[in-house]
Amino acid sequence: MSPETHEPVDHAAAAARFIADAPHLAFHDTRLWELRQKRDGQMHGVPEWETLRDLASAIKEHTLSRLAEYLEQFEAQAIANGVQVHWARDGAEHNAIVLRILRENNAKTLVKSKSMLTEECEMSPFLAQHGITITETDLGERIQQLDDEPPSHIVVPAVHKLRTDVARVFARRIGGDPENTDAHYLAEHCRVTTRPLMLDADAGLTGANFLVAETGAMVVCTNEGNADLSANLPPLHIVSVGIEKLIPRQADLGVFVRLLSRSALGSPITQYTSHFRGARDGGRMHIVLVDNGRSKRLGQAEFWTSLKCIRCGACMNTCPVYRRSGGLSYGAVYSGPIGAIINPAYDPARYAALPFASTLNGSCTQVCPVRINIHEQLYAWRRIIAAGGLLPGKKRLVMRLAGVVLGSPALYRLSTALARTAVRILPRGLLYTRLNGWGRDRELPTPPSESFASWHARRKKAG
Amino acid sequence: MSARDDILAACRAARPPGDHPLPNLPAFAPASSDLRAGFEQGLALMGGRSFDLPAGTALGAFIAAQFPGERLIRDASGELPEFPRVDAVNRPRDLENVDVAVVRARFGVAETGSVFLSESELQVNTVGYLSQHLVVLLDPVALVAGIADAYQRRDFGEVRYASLMTGPSATADIEGVLIRGAQGVRSLTVIFCPRTIEDAAARSAG
Ligand code: SF4
Repeated sequence: MSPETHEPVDHAAAAARFIADAPHLAFHDTRLWELRQKRDGQMHGVPEWETLRDLASAIKEHTLSRLAEYLEQFEAQAIANGVQVHWARDGAEHNAIVLRILRENNAKTLVKSKSMLTEECEMSPFLAQHGITITETDLGERIQQLDDEPPSHIVVPAVHKLRTDVARVFARRIGGDPENTDAHYLAEHCRVTTRPLMLDADAGLTGANFLVAETGAMVVCTNEGNADLSANLPPLHIVSVGIEKLIPRQADLGVFVRLLSRSALGSPITQYTSHFRGARDGGRMHIVLVDNGRSKRLGQAEFWTSLKCIRCGACMNTCPVYRRSGGLSYGAVYSGPIGAIINPAYDPARYAALPFASTLNGSCTQVCPVRINIHEQLYAWRRIIAAGGLLPGKKRLVMRLAGVVLGSPALYRLSTALARTAVRILPRGLLYTRLNGWGRDRELPTPPSESFASWHARRKKAG
Repeated sequence: MSARDDILAACRAARPPGDHPLPNLPAFAPASSDLRAGFEQGLALMGGRSFDLPAGTALGAFIAAQFPGERLIRDASGELPEFPRVDAVNRPRDLENVDVAVVRARFGVAETGSVFLSESELQVNTVGYLSQHLVVLLDPVALVAGIADAYQRRDFGEVRYASLMTGPSATADIEGVLIRGAQGVRSLTVIFCPRTIEDAAARSAG
């Protein structure tokens, strides 16, 4: 949600540019589909999977329906644990609070782990303007930071890049051999250049995947251990988190932790599932609880359940449009199906195209570990956007076509010569699995009350 | 109104209709009744390795033999007086030159191959991440079946920091290539051995 421009996002045009780049497209599509398949493998290993999804959904709906009470309980616990609790209505308030905490602690360097909330608040450019040096410590985020690009995926931020891109970015920004594209070399180069920055940092900032009202625990899941370093090395630890991350009981983690990494990366758990309740001896800990549009969404009958999202990215990995258009083409902090239902809540005109970047195949809804009815919410946004006349006339058709073409393997293969190259270099078996991929789950999605075609016809008549 | 009161009032005003009761959490049957085998499989999947301490072998010598050429071994378990202690440093960053750190996990989780380590086991939290290699001592009887069982324990609520660690630091952020040792430890080795009696005595005395 860049402040410089409020031009409507042209997802179709951005996606067309992505498609024209055959090697990037082929890797992106293959890699994300591989994550989806690994997720399926994990799911089949857990007989109670569907029950866990029911529980996760019910726990989140319960918590959201009593959010004020659970926030107060969490706050009381955190204060009892010696944590300073701050509240921010929006991104600007959040950023001002973080800057004030840093200044009060005379902190000039900040190491941070991945946090979509701070992306949402555009915290890093704000802090940089005020003289704070920020280092992203997650490898993918670091690559994106050095390339002055936002993350393109909420779990794997640099998944749209090839190793040659990474080598070039590193050579330009942190030294290293631009010709050496070995992933081990590149990761090691990042490790040895980032570690001194972490050792010397004045402050660390992390997000949180879950906040436990009962114990005041802030739970952070990573594979690199970078959040644990960011939090445990400097004397000051700031946690920035959206108010929807609450869960009532510690025992509820037994449901969510079992679902999160299995859904996200197809591994049974992240390498590090870390629980922060209070500062270590000699340290200080702050938490900033951020609303930024969440309480408003809570009051929207059709959309409040999108707040159940645990940011696993499964809906993105499974989405044929996302896989073939890349996260950056959404022009928003959140991309993929979840982005297409969250972003319009902030600015329906600007993000009017996003709910159309979907085939309504329902695959997102089938994989969502907290059972958000994503495809139905996409459809509901289409109605609202159409009723509000928010789709610019000449763009109407091309945007709808983006969803249709990107989602239809047949049309997609015909769409450009370069895309044909991509198809040629993919293993045949993979392609064929992919064609029917979203029909492979256990259940079928509830069909929308009106088909896209009939909706389209009606719109044409009305318009 | 303060931001806090505004946000709480907004959440109350926006409360979704309906009852939405908090569900009870059922207990699920463990994937396998052999906790030890499950743990080892889970750990291997996440890139960790595990050993039994061979009978008649001294623990310190066994560990040193696993890491030939690594110079600085520090101990947080209190069971290996031959190595310098982790808590003998002044600042968390002073552990940056540790080659191998030894800690004792409070318990392990069979479902995933995870170990529970809190500030009391790590002594200095950063040792679990700054060291190049981590050795985790685990009593084979200290295993719970599942993640859900782990979260039934009170341990999490009694400490300020706790991590369920599962294998070494890892990333696949560059073209999906799996790399061990992203920012944290490059390897994680679990050694099954009960706590030594001398240390238990030392702890209760301390
Ligand atoms: S909407 Fe569901 S599937 Fe998508 S990121 Fe959120 S929790 Fe995951």
